[in-house]
Amino acid sequence: MEIDLSRPILARNDQLASRNRERLEAAGVFALDVLASPGAGKTTTILATAALLRDRYRIAVIEGDIASKVDAEKVKAHGIPAVQINTGGACHLEADMISRALDALPLADLDLVIVENVGNLVCPTEFDLGQGARIVILSVPEGDDKPLKYPQIFALADAIVLNKYDTMHVFDFDEAAFRDAVRHLNGGAPIFPISAKTGEGVEAWVAWLSERVDSARDGGLQT
Amino acid sequence: MHEMGITAEVLSAVNDAAVKAGAVRVNLVRLTIGGLTAIMPDALQFAWEAMTPGTLSEGAVLEVREVGARSRCLECATEWEHDQYDRLCPSCGSFACEVLAGNELRIDDVDVDLPETT
Repeated sequence: MEIDLSRPILARNDQLASRNRERLEAAGVFALDVLASPGAGKTTTILATAALLRDRYRIAVIEGDIASKVDAEKVKAHGIPAVQINTGGACHLEADMISRALDALPLADLDLVIVENVGNLVCPTEFDLGQGARIVILSVPEGDDKPLKYPQIFALADAIVLNKYDTMHVFDFDEAAFRDAVRHLNGGAPIFPISAKTGEGVEAWVAWLSERVDSARDGGLQT
Repeated sequence: MHEMGITAEVLSAVNDAAVKAGAVRVNLVRLTIGGLTAIMPDALQFAWEAMTPGTLSEGAVLEVREVGARSRCLECATEWEHDQYDRLCPSCGSFACEVLAGNELRIDDVDVDLPETT
């Protein structure tokens, strides 16, 4: 006997992601999903972002890692509330993990939740978390060819942060080739060259993010 | 290697449907996977063979239909097929394009055996 299922494989994740999104919208909280390779500077970029925004917004961080609490401890040491998710081997975060992390956060008292996904440029792409925007951080030492090797993640990004821009003179990073490859995948996403370490360029990136946090907050107030 | 997680979702949906139908065995499962997804059909097969033993789907064939990517330009209405890397409209160069096919991750249908009635 044939049974017609015709359903998305990730239906369960998609449903939970929609629920997360509704919950965040109702609370007027903007959630940012941060994707990058291990070592691209996700945590450092998050800390540099929070340093500029913490006087304006109430911020919390959800840290996704296969194991350890290193990142959450690092964020907490800066006085920012953080929840650590250990995926126990899984190479990406899923919507149910975010749902549980949101349970542990005082959503009514927050404006911005930054989700640091597991360091990986492949696996997180299929899993909606309920985020308001997704960004990819690429660091200069990784090379300008990454959009050619990991096209889907660059195609889905709402913005791209090019980190460790201060090391440009050391590496053979062809910025024009990088921008061209990104444009062929995703013409809509702005590219923000920054150095999370020196603070160079962080303001432009933060301005882009602030616009979105403000509009999520306004939306939350109206409901 | 997130194909393991994907396969676990497929297996649970298929086995649930089989139980609901009162089936004794799953013979065939058909999936459609788009060319823009980061899913390797070979890895799905491998995970399927590893995860099905001891379930209703033990021994079932996993048939994966791959779908190429196709987009439509929102500015000049051109429709074209493309690879993962170049998503600009080939006619007008616009990036305001809508993906029509290529993002599929779908369970289409399953074939099961019902208990023999006498």
